[in-house]
Amino acid sequence: MLTMFRLLSRHRDLLYMLSRRDVTVKYKQSIMGLLWAILMPLLITSAGVVVKIAMAQMSGKGVVFRDVLPVAIKAAPWAFFVASLRFSTQSLSNNYNLVTKIAFPRAVFPLSSVASQLFDFAIAASVIVALIVLSVVLSPAAPIPLTLQLLWVPVLLALLIAQSVGLALLLSAANLFFRDVKYLVEVVLTFAIFFTPVFYSAAQFGDRGKLLLLNPVAPLLEGLDMAIVQGRAPDAFWTGYAAIWAVVLLLVTPAIFLRLEPRFAESV
Amino acid sequence: MPDIVLEARGLHKKFRKGELYTSLRDLLPALARRAVKGGLGKSEFWALRDVNFQVERGEAFGIIGHNGAGKSTLLKHLCGILVPTSGELVVKGRLSALIEVGAGFHPDLTGRDNIYLNGTILGMTRAEIRSKFDAIVEFSELADFLDTPVKRYSSGMYARLGFAVAAHVEPDVLVVDEVLSVGDFVFQKKSVEKMRQVMKGGTTVVFVSHNLRAVADLCHRGMLLDHGTVSAIGPATEVIKTYMERGTAGAAADPDKDVYVSRVTLRDDAGAEAVQFDAGQRMVAEVEVTARRAAERLAVVIECRDEEMYEVFNTSTQRLGAATVDLAAGEKFTARLALRLHLAPGTYHFGVYVYRYDIQKNYDTLTPARTFYVRSLIDVRGVAHLEPEVLGQDRS
Repeated sequence: MLTMFRLLSRHRDLLYMLSRRDVTVKYKQSIMGLLWAILMPLLITSAGVVVKIAMAQMSGKGVVFRDVLPVAIKAAPWAFFVASLRFSTQSLSNNYNLVTKIAFPRAVFPLSSVASQLFDFAIAASVIVALIVLSVVLSPAAPIPLTLQLLWVPVLLALLIAQSVGLALLLSAANLFFRDVKYLVEVVLTFAIFFTPVFYSAAQFGDRGKLLLLNPVAPLLEGLDMAIVQGRAPDAFWTGYAAIWAVVLLLVTPAIFLRLEPRFAESV
Repeated sequence: MPDIVLEARGLHKKFRKGELYTSLRDLLPALARRAVKGGLGKSEFWALRDVNFQVERGEAFGIIGHNGAGKSTLLKHLCGILVPTSGELVVKGRLSALIEVGAGFHPDLTGRDNIYLNGTILGMTRAEIRSKFDAIVEFSELADFLDTPVKRYSSGMYARLGFAVAAHVEPDVLVVDEVLSVGDFVFQKKSVEKMRQVMKGGTTVVFVSHNLRAVADLCHRGMLLDHGTVSAIGPATEVIKTYMERGTAGAAADPDKDVYVSRVTLRDDAGAEAVQFDAGQRMVAEVEVTARRAAERLAVVIECRDEEMYEVFNTSTQRLGAATVDLAAGEKFTARLALRLHLAPGTYHFGVYVYRYDIQKNYDTLTPARTFYVRSLIDVRGVAHLEPEVLGQDRS
């Protein structure tokens, strides 16, 4: 990991320019502009609201803002995670022309994909923060406790980014050797939302909900919900579990990537 | 003690062909099959075999060879894109490659953005690009179009911008592949001048091309690659001569062919074998055709192609009104044709076909059979040599 870090810091300008390219191109091509960034989280949240209403109908309770907020808070990071993997998986094969023609650390491609998604996430996150502030101002009695637990948020996000980066490196290399990896990733990501506590919380399933937390992203999303909405500390055990995933991914995947890198230009 | 900046020692590269699985869909069944049947042998071949050379600081080194001789593979090793199977490659200092102009250009971004993007891809830092930005823009002559997305550029403008960025990287070793053929003639000349200037500045240049004229013009020393091995190395002009004399005629004729071209010789006016001609000079081509089995109504088709393999000339004995030839098994005949070379200076390939027109049967193809070189005392460019003269520049 250190080797890769050293290589990348030498090429940080390239990383910056490639990320900027991805961001600029995306916003130039669409009339919707910055709305792009909040479109996915918005869709996921809306879907979540529908699910919530359906569940409320079944149990005969009404839907309040307090029920929608956790969905929005979990939808944005989830959208970031999904988009990062989706774009980075294809980052090497889409830039194949450069991979076979010019020598520089190939890791800049998956990493700049994640970085450009991070930009989108930052926009979506600011919208959510604005909404929270607005709701607090409008109804001071709103049940969003502003506690010190909020300090968990950057930690949890850092772990999420670490997981994304690790998987991005692995999947981009895999897709270069096996071009159908991207379809596999697509299918898994499409249905993963049902196995990830975005629309619901793992706690709703009681003891069996623990199984859902085996998904390394799940404890992070639940943690965000707890820290922001419930004003509680995230579950130590499961957050630690997610952190181990992040660390292992960050240690292992750069090594694999560097090992495979000399063969990238040969696999047509 | 010579100052060696680039050295290859016993460079080997093995490629696999055939069984390559590029999708899981193909790989998984293949693995299952292999598990049942045991290991499947893979056909391997050497793309480079025992390549050794040294390049001194400030030298211009040319690498030539036929298509498939291993030039591009060697180039990719120099750039660090491919890793040798064995042997080693030592580079002192920063190496930059002009393999493709405008690498990484994004069509939706403006010229300005693409200069930064392309520059960082080529290994410059943003601060470096900022300091050279004006020089790059000036060189590209595109100051008015900087804020236009490059997708609206003409291909010439695109190439100019790409070359302008690449020309300002200022590496210790510059590897150039065929990029001098970009843009219009005026810009080409400017590019060659820039290359000379870069060389004068002490930069070592490795030039890979089948543009023999450019190699002869720019390089001191050269190397000829043939099927992945070094077949000649030394002063550029001598290596080029070796390359041109070798030709491909006389290569093992396919025993399945009823009729084949057994020899092709190019001679000058005096009847001596030649590879070098002056524009406007007469060239005599001798084409020997041998029959394994009897064949009737044979005609010899000849063609000339330029170095990009575009056809510049084509005719045949029959189309010129000569009689067709009937051959019995084992017989041979030699067609002799004279051509006046009204060709602009450059490298040309001479090709031969044995053809029967009434049944449209092509017996044998040998192209390029020979490579020849045309020089001119006056500065003309293009394909044809129209023997121009300035008759006057009168003011009226």
